[in-house]
Amino acid sequence: MDDNRLENVIGNLLRTGVLIAAAVVFTGGVAYLFQHHHEYVHYQTFVPGGDNVRTVAGIVHSAFHLNSAGIIQLGLLLLIATPVARVVMAIAGFALERDRLYVVVSTIVLAVLLFSLMHAT
Amino acid sequence: MTVTFFTLIVCSISALAGFLGALTGLGGGVIVVPALTLALGVDMKYAIGASLVSVIATSSGAAAAYVREGFSNIRIGMFLEIATTIGAVVGAYIAGHVSTHILAIIFGLVLIQSAYQSVARGALESVLPVASDRLGKLLRLGGSYPVRGVEKEYGVCNVPAGFGLMFGAGALSGLLGIGSGAVKVIAMDRAMRIPFKVSTTTSNFMIGVTAAASAGVYLSRGYIEPRIAMPVMLGVLAGAFAGSKVLVHARVRTLRIVFAVVIFALAVEMILNGVMGRV
Repeated sequence: MDDNRLENVIGNLLRTGVLIAAAVVFTGGVAYLFQHHHEYVHYQTFVPGGDNVRTVAGIVHSAFHLNSAGIIQLGLLLLIATPVARVVMAIAGFALERDRLYVVVSTIVLAVLLFSLMHAT
Repeated sequence: MTVTFFTLIVCSISALAGFLGALTGLGGGVIVVPALTLALGVDMKYAIGASLVSVIATSSGAAAAYVREGFSNIRIGMFLEIATTIGAVVGAYIAGHVSTHILAIIFGLVLIQSAYQSVARGALESVLPVASDRLGKLLRLGGSYPVRGVEKEYGVCNVPAGFGLMFGAGALSGLLGIGSGAVKVIAMDRAMRIPFKVSTTTSNFMIGVTAAASAGVYLSRGYIEPRIAMPVMLGVLAGAFAGSKVLVHARVRTLRIVFAVVIFALAVEMILNGVMGRV
């Protein structure tokens, strides 16, 4: 596998991930509008939401109970996971090319991403 | 404002932002954040959370197209992502500890810089490919890209300076929820002497990973509010898709100047509101 093929595979993976995420967000969005269209919004002051929109476990739980905001947030979580999957694919690709230097480089990037995502667990 | 009206107006503004962002290469975030905060009175923390999500969507969605053209360099991208992701985490931490007035002022200054750079970018495109210096060679960052059908070799220089600038680009991205593609291009084009086409496409490739690095921190703080991020993400994505389709036919130069003027006006508005404590 050369660099060009690797980039092609990764590029297509990213697009697929984004399309799936958008479909989930859209589904949640339709459900949300259907249930809450007549309500009023208040976003002038920031109020952090509960675990159901802030932690991975909370979001998954909320989405599986078919809560519309939970479904949207699950879609956004899938979206955030797409670049992470991209880095994982790159590690695998560089490993196949036996490029140890770039396996290490990609692994450092993955570690930073996972460190950030750990905040939401 | 009712949920229906809010969702429709945010979706429309975001679609326009995504469309213009794709045409001019500045991304949608630079319009979405001022529009949400200034026009709709949304708290800036929600605005940067929603913008960050849309940045991941457009960067990842466009990656396949950029890869096909053969300009982006995965090694340069991956190596510099060490700097941008660490910067992004630091920026996201700082965002939680400064007031939104300060964030608005910094946002305005970054907007002015992006607007200037998008108009003055003709000067960047004249840079000729160079040979790699020692560190560039050691990291095997050089590559080749098509120029009128012929593959042309290029090298990479000043890696430490580029790496440092990329840390800054990542920090701005995490602080303001934008892609900060403009700073990434400066780092690669100006500092590392990478050809303009390679810089812009590799920068686009990197933006999604950089934004994902602040997303975990944003999510845990509650900046990513699903009811606001939903119309922003879907709108920007649809707009960016449409923008990439007409890109070939558009008179980009004129459009870029118009967009730069709009961004400059938003920047001034953002700074004034920040100074007067209204954002």
